[in-house]
Amino acid sequence: MTGVTTNTALSPETRTPVERAAPSRRLVVDVLDVVIRSIVPVLLALGAGAILLLALGRDPITFYSNIWKGGIELTAWQDSAVRAAPLLLIAVGLVVVFRANIWNLGYNGQFLLGAALISGFGPRLVGSEPRWFALVTLTLLAGAAGAVWTLVPALLKARYETNEIITTLMMSFIGVGVANILIKGPFQDPTVNIPQTRVLPLDKMLPAIPGTRIHVGVLLALAAAVIVHFVLTRTSFGLRLQILGANPRAARHVGLNVPRLILMSFLVSGLLIGMAAAADILGTWGYVRANWNPAYGDTVIPFVFLARLNALALIPFVIFYAVLSTGGDLATQQASLPTDFLLVLVALILLFMTVIEYLGRRRALGTSYLTPGLEQALRYSRRRRKTSE
Amino acid sequence: MSELLTRTFMTALISGGLLAGVPLMFTAVGETISERAGVLNIGLEGMMLVGAYVGFIGAYYGHSFWAGFAAGIGGGAATSLVMVVLCVRLGLDQIVVGIAITLAGEGITSVLQDSQFGGTYPRLGSPPTIAIPGLSGIPMVGKSVFDQPLIVYLGFAGVAAVSWIFRRTNAGLNLRAAGERPEALDAAGVSVVATRSYAALCTGALAGLGGAYLSTVGAGTFTPFMTQGQGFMAIVIAMLARGKPLWVVLGSFLFGISLSVATALQLAGINISTDLVNMLPFIAIIVALVAFARRSYLPPALALPYVRGAR
Repeated sequence: MTGVTTNTALSPETRTPVERAAPSRRLVVDVLDVVIRSIVPVLLALGAGAILLLALGRDPITFYSNIWKGGIELTAWQDSAVRAAPLLLIAVGLVVVFRANIWNLGYNGQFLLGAALISGFGPRLVGSEPRWFALVTLTLLAGAAGAVWTLVPALLKARYETNEIITTLMMSFIGVGVANILIKGPFQDPTVNIPQTRVLPLDKMLPAIPGTRIHVGVLLALAAAVIVHFVLTRTSFGLRLQILGANPRAARHVGLNVPRLILMSFLVSGLLIGMAAAADILGTWGYVRANWNPAYGDTVIPFVFLARLNALALIPFVIFYAVLSTGGDLATQQASLPTDFLLVLVALILLFMTVIEYLGRRRALGTSYLTPGLEQALRYSRRRRKTSE
Repeated sequence: MSELLTRTFMTALISGGLLAGVPLMFTAVGETISERAGVLNIGLEGMMLVGAYVGFIGAYYGHSFWAGFAAGIGGGAATSLVMVVLCVRLGLDQIVVGIAITLAGEGITSVLQDSQFGGTYPRLGSPPTIAIPGLSGIPMVGKSVFDQPLIVYLGFAGVAAVSWIFRRTNAGLNLRAAGERPEALDAAGVSVVATRSYAALCTGALAGLGGAYLSTVGAGTFTPFMTQGQGFMAIVIAMLARGKPLWVVLGSFLFGISLSVATALQLAGINISTDLVNMLPFIAIIVALVAFARRSYLPPALALPYVRGAR
């Protein structure tokens, strides 16, 4: 079962008792375990959110049914799918670094820089070049911008082991600033009063699947998730990242080129986050306004953990969040709450997840010192004692 | 250059720097305390926002800035209880819980502000200040530096006290041991969990106070997301100060001044992009890191939960 990969960031132990159970029961227990650990926090958070809504004097049933209405019913599911594209790309980008236990928290700067460059060069490029060429170039440009923005933290960490939490956060602040300067300066549309870039013509944006609003960016995101999952679980590069994440000293000891691994995972992460900007700007918005910062990364991080750093498992979680946030726009508006209420829901999911994780670890700790054979013997004797009583 | 050094400019720069620097100082000193004890507090932003909101409510309904500061301290400490229970007691991942606290703090204060005031932002008056006789008479700097609310003077005294506690007391030694080598502290018969819990609570209280200062004295009102990344700035300051409270003060005011430079320049009639000015401190730090390759020192046990007997 590839669905259960060890989450080095969350739980230090590598083998749970479930994995050591008899093979025939293993799959069932495994699936059950994943379901419990992933779905229960979401349900608990929605429950706690309902209590919070009651406390604020709102009707939780109307609220949640509005989320359904605004996020799934009729053609709303297409809006959710479109919103999922940048979220999924960012989330997959984070998986690549988190697997190596590297904290790239500079996603906002990487994303916005990509977005600014696209919306600055986009209108000119789609005007003069063939559409497909312009779109591919712009996507790669955004990806490159995101990747370049991780270079300084990556090199500092690789060479001097400088803490990447500080450096990525600082680079993020700088990136957001540079993006705003570009949008208010050279990229500004002179014909509009508000500082924003020129708007891409609708027929020059990412093509949609006929009959729907779902654009190619959604497919790109899904493909990225599958490819990253394959690379991380089926190639030696993935294994190396896993070793680095589990224990950097061990990684150095077995002769891995740790600086290169750090650099590679940072670059791939930045590339994917930059491409998320391409999916969002070229697929949905068409322009960027000054001081716009959707902070997708902040809200998607919980789901990266919830999917236990598994790129494939991310797909349903990100879709769930996309529905929540698309429908949440309608639901919060109807309940006359600020949309920031959704942040509370996300935070609750995260908190309940850590608690469930803790309970799971507690259960694992009791038996974790026994070898499989010994555990079998114990179970056998225990069962015999029970029947003889 | 001469026009830069006008009276209005200097006064605006220094008083603005102090106004923006004080919340950073409180928060970053708080972060220093918990980092030294081995607890990495990524949720600072959320704690500041809760402190800012609760502090504003306290000052607004209590009709006293002191009620606001007390409420802010209480709010921040209450928020950090989540951190204490989940990270210190249960040993859950500090970064994950920290992000959750930030998100929850942002969301809940925005929702509460909206349901309480419904899109209006009532303002507080300006706080009473105490002028230090003699010093406040110095031209240019005197009025802006030595005429502050009492809490600022108390804050400076508090930082000096924290610095002294770190170096000269048993409590400080225990605190540092909890971050450097928790096993040794445990072997010496001192509870690592209790030490770290107190440290994390102090952090929450100080972040709450910083937030309360920001909303009551700094802005005079509470607006959602008003901290604008200052919690993260405080983390950066604390890490670069390498656990030394006096360096934290210096760093906070450098950041504070850079936050106020844009306003001061506009007062002096020079229009410069706020974005550029706000980036400057970060650029300076990155350049310094690249050029001098200085490692920001962090305690070895930072962000690692302590489990007795585990290796």
